[in-house]
Amino acid sequence: MIAGVATSDYPHLPNMSEHAVHGQAADRALADAGLTFADIDGFATTGFFPMYATGVAEYLGLHPIYFDETNSGGSSFEVLVEHAAYAVESGAVDVVLVTYGSVQLSQMGRRLGTGGGGGGFAPGPAIYDALWGNTLVGNYAMATRRHMYEFGTTPEQLAAVAVTMRRHAATNPQAQERELITVDDVVSSRLVADPLHKLDCCVISDGGGACVVTTEERAADLPGTPVYVLGAAHATTHHLNLSAMPNLTVTPAAQCGPVAFARAGITHADVDVAQLYDSFTITVVLTVEDLGFCAKGEGGAFVEDGGLEVGGRLPTNTDGGGLSACHPGMRGMFLIVEAVRQLRDEGGATQVPDARIAVAHGTGGMLSTGATLVLGLDAP
Amino acid sequence: MIDRAPATGDERPPKPRPAPVPDADSAPYWTAAHEGRLVIQHCTRCGARQLYARDRCLVCRGSVEWVEASGRGTVYSYTVIRQNYTRPFRDWIPYVVALVDLEEGPRVMTNIVGCEPEAVRVGMPVRAHFEAVSEEAGIALFSPEG
Repeated sequence: MIAGVATSDYPHLPNMSEHAVHGQAADRALADAGLTFADIDGFATTGFFPMYATGVAEYLGLHPIYFDETNSGGSSFEVLVEHAAYAVESGAVDVVLVTYGSVQLSQMGRRLGTGGGGGGFAPGPAIYDALWGNTLVGNYAMATRRHMYEFGTTPEQLAAVAVTMRRHAATNPQAQERELITVDDVVSSRLVADPLHKLDCCVISDGGGACVVTTEERAADLPGTPVYVLGAAHATTHHLNLSAMPNLTVTPAAQCGPVAFARAGITHADVDVAQLYDSFTITVVLTVEDLGFCAKGEGGAFVEDGGLEVGGRLPTNTDGGGLSACHPGMRGMFLIVEAVRQLRDEGGATQVPDARIAVAHGTGGMLSTGATLVLGLDAP
Repeated sequence: MIDRAPATGDERPPKPRPAPVPDADSAPYWTAAHEGRLVIQHCTRCGARQLYARDRCLVCRGSVEWVEASGRGTVYSYTVIRQNYTRPFRDWIPYVVALVDLEEGPRVMTNIVGCEPEAVRVGMPVRAHFEAVSEEAGIALFSPEG
């Protein structure tokens, strides 16, 4: 069960170290759970260096008997929480703290999405796609182009995702971008990598979050409202070579989504609210299709006309998402925190009435990995 | 092949295109491109064809051999890169990065050159030509057929 969640301060933290962001989020999540650092026997986090979790544990003064730093990019924290749920269920550990921290905006500025393609970070076979000046945005742009070609998806349909995220962000005082935008604003913003415009791309932020995973028995003794991890699964189709992705319009969500839903024993009609990784507008369109909320190719129509707003077909990214609220590089933790807040009726202006089942789905790399968590208020 | 003026105000000489460092798997591929040939792997057991270079067939795990490809293909998808801070690419903006499906099946990433970026289309027939990028390695770029 998830017994506590928190976000750190965000989106701009020029006076905090990356590790202090982990610490702030951990303090808040433990307080939310009604626990202290002394209660933790497991720890999970991930970053861009090997033995990253070990380093953060050292910084926080933790000596856990379980640690995990599985890195699948943006979906990492869904995977880490899945693993943590298995770990506590098995009896191996009692309380796993999962943290995320990043000061990417302050350290790197906005280069992540539009640098590279020069063979710099190209371990082994990754060299094949690293010679052409492609960028992170370029990969998602090619998926977008192919989706447009096969299904007639329009820039305006994609823009609807960004417009909805901004509407949600406008109610989130912490959100990085809060000024309302229109479809026309999105499609008339400059092209970064055709056909993706600037406003089809997520913001780049500082920030982090944390959650506490524990057993049902332990959670029963805690003051808050715990949330069940009803089902989870993750999948991968390729790493950094987009040329190795079998089909640019089908993400790993098509594999892990149905498995997670089956493990949770739910159908799509049971899902009240979704937190879907929105690195780019296309990421959301592909994800609603691959998770099965609509047929392949119908994602454009699904997200139009307020389809992702509260009261719409699938209320999504109620905090404003990575497109508007906060995207520090691996946003998956924010999906979990917001999903739990919705289930605990703490969603504020974007609260989905009587939300009992939430789906958090992370997407990592170049549409390379997917990880689905089905969370619920009621015992399975 | 992509020859554009450097960004205004940057007085440094143009940076060359990055070059792959061949390894035990990939050396035949980069060497062939250096010689002006496009090669792909062919499974000696099941006949499947693949790129990139691996030590085995992705379908049946059989052994693979290198065979020559026609150099013809079609654009599976593409993007026009309009923002990249990394040299030398920022000096090329706007330029086309594409995935090309070779006539023989395998898919490769490449640049489409020899036409305006706005002229590129999904499904467009393209043909490989080659550029030496080091003493030992070449790469395959693609241009519109005909």
